[in-house]
Amino acid sequence: MPTSPSDPHRDASGEHAVRSGAGVFDLVVIGAGPAGLAGAVAAGELGLRTALVDAAELTGGQFYRGPSPALGARRPEALHHAWSAYADLRERLRHCPAVSHLPGHHVWSVVRDPGHADRWTVHALTGPDGTDRAPVRLAARGLLIAAGAVERHLPFPGWTLPGVVGAGGAQAMLKSGLVLPGRRIVVAGSGPLLLAAATSLTAAGADVPALVEATGYLGYARHPGALAANPGKAAEAVTHGGALLRHRVPLYARSAVTAAHGRQRVEAVTVARLDRRWRPVPGTARRIACDAVAVGHGLIPQLDLVTTLGCAVRPTADGTHAVATDRSLATSVPTVWAAGETRGIGGAAVALAEGELAGLAAGARLRGAAVPPARTARLRRRIARLRSFADAMAAVHAPGPGWPEWLTDDTEVCRCEEVTADRVREAAADLGARDTRTVKLLTRAGMGWCQGRICATAVACLATRYGASDAGPAPDRRPLAAPVPLAALAELPAESGPKTAEPT
Amino acid sequence: MKPRRTTSPARPRPTPRDVVGADPGPAFEITFDGRSVAALPGQSVAAALWAAGILAWRTTRGGGRPRGAFCGIGQCHDCLATVNGIPNRRACLLPARPGDAVTTQEGAGRADLAV
Amino acid sequence: MVGAACAHYAARAGLSVTVLDRGPVAGGTTGAGEGNLLVSDKEPGPELELALHSSRLWRKLAEELPAAIEYETKGGVVVADDATRLAALRSLAAAQSDAGVDAREVSGGQLRELEPHLADGMPGGVHYPEDAQVHPALAAAHLLRASGAEVRCGEEVTAVLTAADGAVRGVATASGARLLAPYVVNAAGTWSGEIARMAGVRLPVLPRRGFVLVTEPLPRVVRHKVYAADYVADVASGSAALQTSAVVEGTAAGPVLIGASRERVGFDRTLSVEVLRRLAERATALFPVLGGVRVIRAYAGFRPYLPDHLPAIGPDPRVPGLVHACGHEGAGIGLAPATGVLTAAALTGSAPPLDPRPFRPDRFPDPCAAPDRRPR
Repeated sequence: MPTSPSDPHRDASGEHAVRSGAGVFDLVVIGAGPAGLAGAVAAGELGLRTALVDAAELTGGQFYRGPSPALGARRPEALHHAWSAYADLRERLRHCPAVSHLPGHHVWSVVRDPGHADRWTVHALTGPDGTDRAPVRLAARGLLIAAGAVERHLPFPGWTLPGVVGAGGAQAMLKSGLVLPGRRIVVAGSGPLLLAAATSLTAAGADVPALVEATGYLGYARHPGALAANPGKAAEAVTHGGALLRHRVPLYARSAVTAAHGRQRVEAVTVARLDRRWRPVPGTARRIACDAVAVGHGLIPQLDLVTTLGCAVRPTADGTHAVATDRSLATSVPTVWAAGETRGIGGAAVALAEGELAGLAAGARLRGAAVPPARTARLRRRIARLRSFADAMAAVHAPGPGWPEWLTDDTEVCRCEEVTADRVREAAADLGARDTRTVKLLTRAGMGWCQGRICATAVACLATRYGASDAGPAPDRRPLAAPVPLAALAELPAESGPKTAEPT
Repeated sequence: MKPRRTTSPARPRPTPRDVVGADPGPAFEITFDGRSVAALPGQSVAAALWAAGILAWRTTRGGGRPRGAFCGIGQCHDCLATVNGIPNRRACLLPARPGDAVTTQEGAGRADLAV
Repeated sequence: MVGAACAHYAARAGLSVTVLDRGPVAGGTTGAGEGNLLVSDKEPGPELELALHSSRLWRKLAEELPAAIEYETKGGVVVADDATRLAALRSLAAAQSDAGVDAREVSGGQLRELEPHLADGMPGGVHYPEDAQVHPALAAAHLLRASGAEVRCGEEVTAVLTAADGAVRGVATASGARLLAPYVVNAAGTWSGEIARMAGVRLPVLPRRGFVLVTEPLPRVVRHKVYAADYVADVASGSAALQTSAVVEGTAAGPVLIGASRERVGFDRTLSVEVLRRLAERATALFPVLGGVRVIRAYAGFRPYLPDHLPAIGPDPRVPGLVHACGHEGAGIGLAPATGVLTAAALTGSAPPLDPRPFRPDRFPDPCAAPDRRPR
């Protein structure tokens, strides 16, 4: 996405470095996926000086992730659904000089400006993987957090073998890099993303010898109201289903990949039937040859920034947390709004509507912009309808309590620190770790490079199963939303003035 | 949108490039542990390695086991690679550049610092 | 950690012990620290004696407990970055030597032999071979398990029960349980003031916040616990304002830990970018090689601070049966075993191995006057 040439925050070298004092944005939107993009455009069109910040080179987030322009894709939409909504927004962004799109910005923290209580400071690292030596600070009067989601993973023996990848990861690598992890790819886990993944993988030339879904698809039938209110979603599912039928993809419902086999890479998987509690049913295991596995159990909201900001969260229908907001999508922290997956997993359509609503709300609050009530009301109705469907889906695809039965003692639960299920059990059952945090402390699960973003769900489930945790786990505190070089921290400008000391 | 299939008689199976009608610039060379790998402009290091059938470019600190890209979006850090001598680059985010030398990263990737 | 040590030594003395914690094991300051067992940062006096005694006890505990506690006698290296600080450090080390500490002055060249990545131009420092480290959470968990005490985590004490004569009779908990015992040991760390209040006495324990930066996993880059000479002055200061000095050390698991900041801001966990900046600046000044290393985590912990920087250990004469073992500020892991032994001695009436009088819990003047109004 080109940034508007009139962007006042771009310095002469073309860098996006906005030093303190160089300007204050009305709104910094964090995340340029459907929610953030819609929010930035809505706010920008109301005249708010807006920064749209994202780690990626292109807007679109994960849902509308597209190939780099250098790949010269004439039909990027061929691997996507509902592309036109994105194309429209992208075009509006191009014609909205109030919005500065700042790609390659990895936000590592957002804090209250120590000098101005009504301002925020957004700290970001720059470069494709956040290692450029040009850290950036943005000043903002308001924030829209549209940080998206990460995939939920449940470990199984062999899941660390090369060739076993996230279903979302396979999609991302395909959409952005036009590559596949193998030619014969088992798609497994739970949730609607699996259908989309299997469809695009087969369209791109892969064989999918098994689509393995832990629930029965019949689960949707229990929520006919929500489904009826979302004919678009039903149509999408039918489209995927049709595509899979054409490609003769075998469907295994109420089943799971309970092990992956291979030496240097995956060569086969074991697929077993599950009972209602997701326990493998003895005698049902079958071996399926493959050279890759795309696996995932839906998405969980990315809450690093909102948790650090102190925004209130709420439990979701599928046992995770999402940020809580009012009906204008304001969080519990004044001048911080949230939209899209951060508010709970809902998909691109709800993210688009929420981003727009949050952008309008920020415009009204920060600039006193007049927003036609009918527009707001229409968005609220749409959000309510889409959210009820999403909640129903989330409940259907929530992991059953019996999945740990497919683990072996030596199954690695934490990929970074290579912590096995047995060590998690020991910490929870024998060493007095009553909550996930203490399990992590005692085992190092979740203490590595990813800081538990991949294993937190599994560690929490296991901790509970083995006797820990009396209360529902709160979202992890991660004051650093991305790894930061010590030099980048050391080179930050010093804050002047003494810190306020506690009166004693 | 309906995927259009562009299949040639000689290759019945579509490729990702076919599906999106990609017309990239000429491929360039990077190396992986000294071996030549073709990359397309706009591909990440991880994508170029996948395209060459390479799924692992790191070994773990504890068990010395092979790892490569997993989440594909820069979150899991399983795809850390040593690129041009610099360790811990997220290969799924890092664009491949002509002449990049990717080497299998062992453990923390900073054995040179050990005292 | 202190509670685990008290339980361990009390049980070893033949007492029946129940440990209550409203959270999990190592849920407070223990889980937020680096696990330092230091003699180097203490001026001669009662705290140093407590540390030296603890140091010996830790060596024994390390033989009894599993290797998982990661006990390592890595030694400490205190670095002076100019001649003035070196002179001050030298006189501190001389006094420590007189008190029985193994303190060896090292030249700038010898510093680089001890720590090859140390910055150029450091005039000298002192090497303390007795300084050691454990994994604090694992050490507490294993010590607690080895103690044989009954452990009830997730059980919050809501009242200290007393008899008509004012003596302790036990505690009541949030679950409605009443545990009767002739002695109650207050080892609630930063929250010990609340337990004291439940028993009707005042103990001015305040939280002193510290941030720790955790780097990406590395091979052994830093061999010792290395810190700048101004750390000792910061530890001893009573100021509420932010103080930072570089404390850098490796861990068995790989990451390098970077501290230490001290500020009294209540129980506020809000990330302070300024603290992170200062810690990073000071750490990279000591070890320039760390500049390119990434920090993957930062967290805050709260040290249980008493105004004279000494813990409160022993019977409270105001409430018979109440025994305190708290207020160790940032040194609780290191001082825990000797604290446990002193506590056990108080509970059994046996002779203490060192003079407990400097740690008397009733040594603070009771009036509501603020305990700490030193000029800053």
